[in-house]
Amino acid sequence: MGRRIRFVEALREGMRQEMERDASVFVLGEGVGPHGSCFKQTEGFCAQFGEDRSRDTPISELAIAGTAAGAALLGMRPIADLMWIDFSMLAMDQICNQAAKLRYISNGQVKVPVVYRMTTGKSKSNAAHHSGSFYSWFINTPGLKVVVPSTPYDAKGLIISAIRDDGPVVYLEHKLLLNVRGEVPEDPYEIPFGVADVKREGTDLTIIATGAMVGFSLAAADALAKENVSVEVVDPRTLMPYDGEAILASVRKTGRLLVVDEGFRYCGFGSEIVAFVAENAMDALRLPPKQLTTMHTTIPFSPPMEDYVFPNPERVAAAVRAMLTA
Amino acid sequence: MDNQLKIQLLETMLRVRKAELQLAIMYKNGKVPCAAHLYEGEEAIAAGVCANLRLDDCITSTHRGHGHCIAKGMPMREMIAEVSARKTGCCGGKGGTMHLFKPEVGVMGTVGIVGGGIPLSTGLGLAMKMQKTDRVAVSFFGDGAANNGAFHESLNLAALWKLPVLYVCENNQYATSVAVWRSTSVPDIGVRGSAYGIPGVTVDGNRVDDVYAAAAAAVSRARAGDGPTLIECQTYRIRGHFEGDDSLYRTKEEVAEARKRDPIDYWKAKLMAEGVIDDGGFAALSEKAEAEVADAAAFAEASPFPAPEDALELTANA
Repeated sequence: MGRRIRFVEALREGMRQEMERDASVFVLGEGVGPHGSCFKQTEGFCAQFGEDRSRDTPISELAIAGTAAGAALLGMRPIADLMWIDFSMLAMDQICNQAAKLRYISNGQVKVPVVYRMTTGKSKSNAAHHSGSFYSWFINTPGLKVVVPSTPYDAKGLIISAIRDDGPVVYLEHKLLLNVRGEVPEDPYEIPFGVADVKREGTDLTIIATGAMVGFSLAAADALAKENVSVEVVDPRTLMPYDGEAILASVRKTGRLLVVDEGFRYCGFGSEIVAFVAENAMDALRLPPKQLTTMHTTIPFSPPMEDYVFPNPERVAAAVRAMLTA
Repeated sequence: MDNQLKIQLLETMLRVRKAELQLAIMYKNGKVPCAAHLYEGEEAIAAGVCANLRLDDCITSTHRGHGHCIAKGMPMREMIAEVSARKTGCCGGKGGTMHLFKPEVGVMGTVGIVGGGIPLSTGLGLAMKMQKTDRVAVSFFGDGAANNGAFHESLNLAALWKLPVLYVCENNQYATSVAVWRSTSVPDIGVRGSAYGIPGVTVDGNRVDDVYAAAAAAVSRARAGDGPTLIECQTYRIRGHFEGDDSLYRTKEEVAEARKRDPIDYWKAKLMAEGVIDDGGFAALSEKAEAEVADAAAFAEASPFPAPEDALELTANA
């Protein structure tokens, strides 16, 4: 068995190795300097690379995002840390109007190799402004790629691919996963975008899940296995582009589809996957496809209410049972 | 300022003016598919600033950006063909009047979002500094953008990091339809430099010599590693916000009064008084600019439109 490290360590190692390899790679954001970032993602960078390449900024999300894009136009490879996905709303013009579009509107004369890192999702009572899963906003912006790793292995390989990519990439770190451990090779490696990973093989039903929903779905699959239900869990790993072939292959095998999506259901990633499968593999579906998403509400603070609105392993298992007994 | 430079400034202003008047006619004749934002009357700013720049310096600009592109060295044919939506335009018709790029001459983009270019220029400056060059970046923007959060965030950052950036605010008195006195807390936007601990100057943007001198000082400061400068150039938007704008928010008398302060007239008179140019010399420059613009318009007209499916070039998952 290989070395087991935490998600945040894998992410950090991927960034560090890229910064060692390529002098144009640098990080900027509020707290990425001596403090080492909100969740220690850049711990030690200042000592190793100096404040020039581990660059603290004011809380100026728009300027962080735009400055990173501008620096990328001249050959730098910035990793901009916006800290929480909820704060990216302050930077939307620079991410979605500028970084995403500059290559296209310039007819390919410029490229924008920038990574926008943000933590995402539920944690513990972080409430309305610190619990968002707004990745569908970025998916809906042509020109952006959207990456949501669910394991330490994927976290490292995908950050390396994101840094090496010549276009803007939104890289999302789920707060519940940062301390999860897993096997991670020490040498650098890339994980190509648009390649899903089957996290668990099964025959009765396909779950498509991302980020922390992957672990919830695997826990549900364990419980369901004791009831002789065989669930396949497929993690697309990148939501734009996503691996349609792998999703269709799984659905053709099981004939049943549940998407577990921490985002909201309306025009969300889950609804996209259901639509994609309906358009391309309706014949394979033995049941109407279903989605389990966060309920369509502002995220409340108090734990009983917060727990109520998010998916969890029990709710995933219940959704599968409901489909199989329908 | 030597005579050659004086004439170069006049020539740049004339080239911009003739291009804008040509595009106004082309819009009227249906040759330009979208109501362009023209720069007539503001030419001294683009000319005066860009005359201080090297080829490897970079600019970003605004929805009213044709003049900056010409002054920075974009070929006239490519600019007019792009605004005319042709495949031979600088962006193959994908960008258009508000999205002009020519990185090889330092035009890193004109953007259609007010204030959107300010953070990008800040980033260009950051790259220039991190790469240990003495290049400079210029952000052209209007009085409207000076009230935008992007302005504040960027100037703070650039001042903090001593970035080699010129923030050139073209105060043309109107943010779309709203007069600057209705929207802006101070009469001179240049004073805002002091809020960031950087030089902030206000100059007459219709006097190309004043603009040139202010930009020269700012460029020296930037190249020396001493950081950014805010330059407010006070001018007047002679045409509507866009071609076809009825401009009901201002009087005809106000516009007529502003026309008397034409930047080309000012510079021509000055150069004639100094004996640098005579009527014949001016006419020759004017005709040369007209010929260049006519050639570019003919080139655009003769150029093909992009194929519909070219829309999907450079896209994935379309």
